[in-house]
Amino acid sequence: MIAIRGLDIDLRDFHLRDVDLEIAENEFFILMGPTGAGKTVLLEAIVGLVPIKSGKIYIGGKDITGLPPEKRGISIVYQDYALFPHLTVRDNITYGLHFHKIGKRKAQERLAQLIEVLNLSHLQHRLPANLSGGEKQRVSVARALMVEPKVLLLDEPLSALDPRFREEVRGALKRLHRTSNITFLMVTHDFAEALSLAGRAAVMNNGRIEQIGEIEDIFKRPNSAFVADFVGMKNLFSAEFRGTKALVSGLEIELGVTPVNSHGYIAIRPEDIVISRRRFSSSMRNSFPAVVTAIIDQGFYYEVRVQSGEVAFASLITKSSLIDLKLRETADVVISFKAASIHFF
Amino acid sequence: MKREPFFWISVSCGIVIMAFILLPLIQMMSAPSAGMLKETIQDKDVVRSIWLSIYTAGLAALISFVFGTPLAYLLARHDFRGKRLVEGIIDLPIAIPHPVVGIAILSVAGKNHWFGQILAELGVRIMGSVTGIVTVLTFVGIPFYLNATKAGFEAISPRLEKVSRSLGASMFSTFARITFPLAWRSMLIGIIMCSARAISEFGAVVIVAYHPMIAPVLIYERFEAYGLKYSQPVAVWLVSISLILFLLLRILTLHKVEEQ
Repeated sequence: MIAIRGLDIDLRDFHLRDVDLEIAENEFFILMGPTGAGKTVLLEAIVGLVPIKSGKIYIGGKDITGLPPEKRGISIVYQDYALFPHLTVRDNITYGLHFHKIGKRKAQERLAQLIEVLNLSHLQHRLPANLSGGEKQRVSVARALMVEPKVLLLDEPLSALDPRFREEVRGALKRLHRTSNITFLMVTHDFAEALSLAGRAAVMNNGRIEQIGEIEDIFKRPNSAFVADFVGMKNLFSAEFRGTKALVSGLEIELGVTPVNSHGYIAIRPEDIVISRRRFSSSMRNSFPAVVTAIIDQGFYYEVRVQSGEVAFASLITKSSLIDLKLRETADVVISFKAASIHFF
Repeated sequence: MKREPFFWISVSCGIVIMAFILLPLIQMMSAPSAGMLKETIQDKDVVRSIWLSIYTAGLAALISFVFGTPLAYLLARHDFRGKRLVEGIIDLPIAIPHPVVGIAILSVAGKNHWFGQILAELGVRIMGSVTGIVTVLTFVGIPFYLNATKAGFEAISPRLEKVSRSLGASMFSTFARITFPLAWRSMLIGIIMCSARAISEFGAVVIVAYHPMIAPVLIYERFEAYGLKYSQPVAVWLVSISLILFLLLRILTLHKVEEQ
């Protein structure tokens, strides 16, 4: 659906170099990278808002490189919503209809459907200033989809939201993607978001794409030191959920609550994993015997890699605990972590 | 709570400045008797000069609006080499002494300059004409319009325009539907500042066109010929009428703000 070939962009203090990217129709594709990597520039180049130096952009096989933004059929949703402050919610959503030939009947149906899916019916006549962040972002998504774009670009749409609104907008995006034929391309630096929404992703750095692939592959098999460091989530496992437990290659991990899905991922920060020499009684619900496989000096901390059955964990401990525990490779230990420190999605 | 001495020094200075601004104005405004004010406003010369002042200033604001708006937009939205220089040039008329402005304009508009010769060919006269007055007033007023309007455009997130484009609107539609509705208040403030500056101009106008007489020139003439007492009523009328006009414009805009 989207094909980008050899894209070069020269802005005053920023360069995008040799970007090649292929995104299939109806895919939910994620773009990740640190601040200043060029994610927003890439999105704006796809919309036609940034002059490009060389390279081509194709949408549905058609070369759109020279087209102005209004002729591309690509909608964009920004982190800061960019709602038109002088128009009501309804006028914001229907703004694009002024410039598109969409039959009145069809437009009405579409409006009603978007308002329902995004739960906006009670807000239609309000001005954006009177909405919460989550409401604003839902309006901005509705406005973008109202014109039936072929591609929807989302620039960190959830980052500015409160966690409780983030979940609701994320759910709405997922539903909208599933029920439409629109290709989604979303920028995020939240890995939980990436994993729960998308199949494939690209990691950008310094105006270049570092790695493209299945998200799980990027996490598990980063192809460069930069990606490895950037994704930095060491303890990430795909899991089956049974009640309040997650099954990871034979380990039964207690989550404390019941996930909605039957399978997904769990992640634990290395600093949340406690290493001890023998099992001790504590409030930690998860405790497994393990063997130390590596100890890596990281300056203030030591990263201790352990193997428990088929599962490899990484833990961070201070130098003094390393000495206290008399840790060395092949030592038998017990790892423990709280149910509350497990992220699952 | 006990205030620090610093606070009281600040307050005292504030009071002195308020008095410094208000005392002469109040004295002048209250000096002429009602009878004298009435007599003055029935004077055809006075009415003519005030009217001339208002509409030349209005024309200067209109010209600033038409030619200044695109430039203000350009400066607000684009970074380019020499932008600082352009901004500096825009502020020049504020810094130049007023009579110098008049002399500068006359020196291009005179018969000895090729530009003046073209103007003469076209039958445009600057010296001693309404055209000349409007030219001078636009010169001194346009920086105020440009700066206010530029600030107005800068306050609008470029993302709104980007989203509008992505939803199918051309640049012109985007300006008409998004940028203008969000910026017009700043533009109006720019128009008010520009015409306020223009109405108060004396030094440059008096060099380019002593006649036809705008109100400040008439006030000066009456002061020279008859003294303070006879210039005051004209001044009161000029100040009152301009203030009322600006106040009306402000009220109109504030009213709209509340509606939104």
